[in-house]
Amino acid sequence: MTQVLTLVLDGVTKGVTREASAVAFEKAPRASPGPAPDADADAQVHPAARLAAKLQASVDPGAGDAVLELVGVSLSFGGVSALSEVDLSVRRGEILAIIGPNGAGKSSIVNVISGVYRADRGHILLKGQRYGQVPTQRLAGLGVARTFQNLALFPGLSVLDNVVAGRAHRVRSSFIEQIAGFGRARRERLDARARAIYVIDFFQLSSLVDRPVGTLPYGLQKRVELARALVAEPDILLLDEPMAGMTATEKNEMAGFVRAARDRFGTTVVLIEHDIGVVMSLSDRVAVFDHGQNIALGTPAEVQRDPRVINAYLGIADADADTDSDDADDDVARGEAL
Amino acid sequence: MTAFATDLIPGSRPETRLSRGLPGWALPVTTLAVAYLAVPLLATNYLFEAILLPFLALSLAGVGLNILTGYAGQVSLGSAAFMAVGAYAAYNFNLRVEGLPLIGSIVLAGLSAAAIGLAFGLPSLRLKGFYLAVSTLAAQFFVQWALTKFSWFSNDSASGVIDAPPLHVAGLTVEGPVGRYLFALTVVTVLTFLSYRLVISQTGRNFIAVRDNETAARIIGVPVLKTKLLAFAVSSFIIGVAGVLWAFAYLRTVEPAGFNLDRSFQILFIVIIGGLATIRGAFFGAALIVAFPLVLSRFGSFVLGDVFDSGVLDMSQRIVLGALIILFLVLEPDGLAALADRLRRRIGTALRRR
Amino acid sequence: MEGFDGLFFLEVLVGGLLSGVMYSLVAIGFVLIYKTSGVLNFAQGAMLLFAALTFVSLTERGLSFPLAFAITFAIMVVLGITIERTVLRPLTNRPPITLFMATLGLSYVIEGAAQLIWGTQVHGLDLGIEDVPFDVGGVFISQFDLFAAAVAATLVAVLSVFFRYTRIGLGFRAVADDPFAALAVGLRLPVIWATVWAAAGLVALVAGLLWGARVGVQFSLSLVVLKALPVLVLGGFDSIPGAIVGGLLIGAAEKLAEVYLGDYFGGGIESWFAYVLALVVLLVRPAGLFGQKRVERV
Repeated sequence: MTQVLTLVLDGVTKGVTREASAVAFEKAPRASPGPAPDADADAQVHPAARLAAKLQASVDPGAGDAVLELVGVSLSFGGVSALSEVDLSVRRGEILAIIGPNGAGKSSIVNVISGVYRADRGHILLKGQRYGQVPTQRLAGLGVARTFQNLALFPGLSVLDNVVAGRAHRVRSSFIEQIAGFGRARRERLDARARAIYVIDFFQLSSLVDRPVGTLPYGLQKRVELARALVAEPDILLLDEPMAGMTATEKNEMAGFVRAARDRFGTTVVLIEHDIGVVMSLSDRVAVFDHGQNIALGTPAEVQRDPRVINAYLGIADADADTDSDDADDDVARGEAL
Repeated sequence: MTAFATDLIPGSRPETRLSRGLPGWALPVTTLAVAYLAVPLLATNYLFEAILLPFLALSLAGVGLNILTGYAGQVSLGSAAFMAVGAYAAYNFNLRVEGLPLIGSIVLAGLSAAAIGLAFGLPSLRLKGFYLAVSTLAAQFFVQWALTKFSWFSNDSASGVIDAPPLHVAGLTVEGPVGRYLFALTVVTVLTFLSYRLVISQTGRNFIAVRDNETAARIIGVPVLKTKLLAFAVSSFIIGVAGVLWAFAYLRTVEPAGFNLDRSFQILFIVIIGGLATIRGAFFGAALIVAFPLVLSRFGSFVLGDVFDSGVLDMSQRIVLGALIILFLVLEPDGLAALADRLRRRIGTALRRR
Repeated sequence: MEGFDGLFFLEVLVGGLLSGVMYSLVAIGFVLIYKTSGVLNFAQGAMLLFAALTFVSLTERGLSFPLAFAITFAIMVVLGITIERTVLRPLTNRPPITLFMATLGLSYVIEGAAQLIWGTQVHGLDLGIEDVPFDVGGVFISQFDLFAAAVAATLVAVLSVFFRYTRIGLGFRAVADDPFAALAVGLRLPVIWATVWAAAGLVALVAGLLWGARVGVQFSLSLVVLKALPVLVLGGFDSIPGAIVGGLLIGAAEKLAEVYLGDYFGGGIESWFAYVLALVVLLVRPAGLFGQKRVERV
């Protein structure tokens, strides 16, 4: 038991730079939540960020601080357009929510960013690097982690192993070294385990480490998935409906975890969510999508006042019935939300 | 709707752990002690030749296939081909490389099987499920054909038959059923232990991740293609060595036709009956597959007498085996390993109550 | 190309295409079941053996052809429904590969039962077609092959009409498209599944008779399933046109390869050639020639 403890502490202190910087962040919070102070915004806005720029002009602290940008991204499936000419810039350390009615292209954005889909036109700027299609295999190495709209855990593994698996991109030892089990392989194993336990603790899942993840209730599985994403210590975290299908209590808990994850680990968060209440209280900025286009971008308060948003949302009540749906919960979730 | 999603996730089975109370190594060590000390003293030649030797070879093949199918989720119908590659490669290395120790032949045979497995695993990078399963049949038919067609592999013997060389290990000549049993047991023990180390490592976790959700595995940085190929290579290595045991320790004389599709299915059945993604399941499965024809024939001749000729026996074996597979899939999808775990827990609680 | 005999080439090609029809015939049985239940029914070969063996044994006991055919068909229907009830239904919602393994076990049961009931000796089967090759403009064509092709074509036509114009047939197509939606609109899945298994039984019977007449009714008949699998891989498991085109392609390619390449390999390449061919095609088109490529949803 003591051995495990030292292990944990060891792993946490030993070269866990991100946690260290997270502590630093806590002491000196970065400029972020809420409307950021105006800066030399207009001058540096990416030329392609036309529509978005107009909206965010007054609050943009400068696109130079963008960790992630979509530039003119279009995507269609067999002639059905999912995204058209989307420009979107995500700032370091912010929580950006993407909202919109069914079929608005929200999931497509996350899937394009994570390289699951390839954009037909346009490109993605990830930490200054330009990609037509983000190489999914290297995504974790690039500092991007994501969760999925429908859970994407590994049901055959325990909670601990699921989270440890989140460190897969850091493994350098060969399988022969791992069989032998000493040296680099041992260090990697202990380190991954310690970090996983730390994150599991953070998400209050400690009592469940040995449980097969498939046996957990849905809300907890969502939490494990978030833990798996965070253990990779990503700079950017993409959350595709992290609270879908949850009860109000679970949603609040989850929102707390997302915020805490940002505050603690300094992660930039892009999340898709339907519950407007949660979105408004959790996010720094909100991007509203409709029919594959970004129709509004700004602080929650600004977006709420935007006539186009009101139109899109009030319009959807009847228009929604015949749009093909993302998934069945969408309707439920939004029904609750509005 | 989403609340039910968890019920729909396939294969959400608990990773069973060894019984609580006893340390994890207690059971394997006891088993090994019995296998090394008690069995050689007690068993008869018949037991070695008809049961224990085929059991050991098939168990090892089951362990190998389980790594590929149970852990990494890639169904293969060509296991017998890799056994054949192992057997014939060991034969040729032993024959053609002067002064190569037996262990060297075995390792090289395993590596040969791994190389062939890697080649036939390449389709797995693009194909999934049934398409992959069917494509592994290519290995089955191609290897069998090549070994029959090119007499070089069998040193120009008729129809590809090979005879196993005398087995020399560390200056000793392994002879007789007991010697061959201990030799096979040692090989199986070493490879099983290494397999166990592998499946609990990060690589083993990657296997399961690829099996359970390939997209998610890729996203978190599991090298999916490399992982799949590694599973094919490692699995083929082990199955290849199982082939060496089959040819050198068990039968001593083999022909390509012995490594046919039925053998491949037999190994797949071992894995299903024993339990997917458990190492010890392969041993349970192999035990059942080896023992049940013998039991059936005894039982049959006892109940039916003379009517039960070899043809009838053959057919009823097929029927019972097939039915057994279906029964396991329906009633106990986690196989004998899960059954054994439940049994042990029940005995454990019963004992504690006293 | 010195000494290239165009007529001979044509003869090989036609012979290959005609034997390809026989492959297609077996493959269609697979496609029917795959489309509705998502199961690759490995037992199709065993069903074929069972049907042929039953038919032959009945005629050998003096039954007339139509009567034996009707009885065998009835038995196949019962067998199909029993399989559906006892094996596949308890495995609903399990991964497809589990279902596949179940049909593997099933094939053992059926093969064993067929021979336990009817014996293991080889039966000849005479469908009354004389296998005299006849001459079409210098190309010799086997009369039997032509007959087999005609029967196969008729069967495909009958099945197409059935599935296009009858209520159950339309239900079949709805189920194939989306079983949940089909269920939601009130289609009775059990009826459709039973029908499909019956249809697969019919296909097995016809294929079993044609194959049995050609190679004799015996255990190895169930191995024609191994000829059909590459056809399925090539054409896509869910496409009847794919099964037909795939069968023709493999039949022709196999014969041509055996004749023109066989010598370089020392002969006997037909055991694996079809698989390697299918693999090569698959590496270019992972869903086969006609299979549907599904967009993965995450």
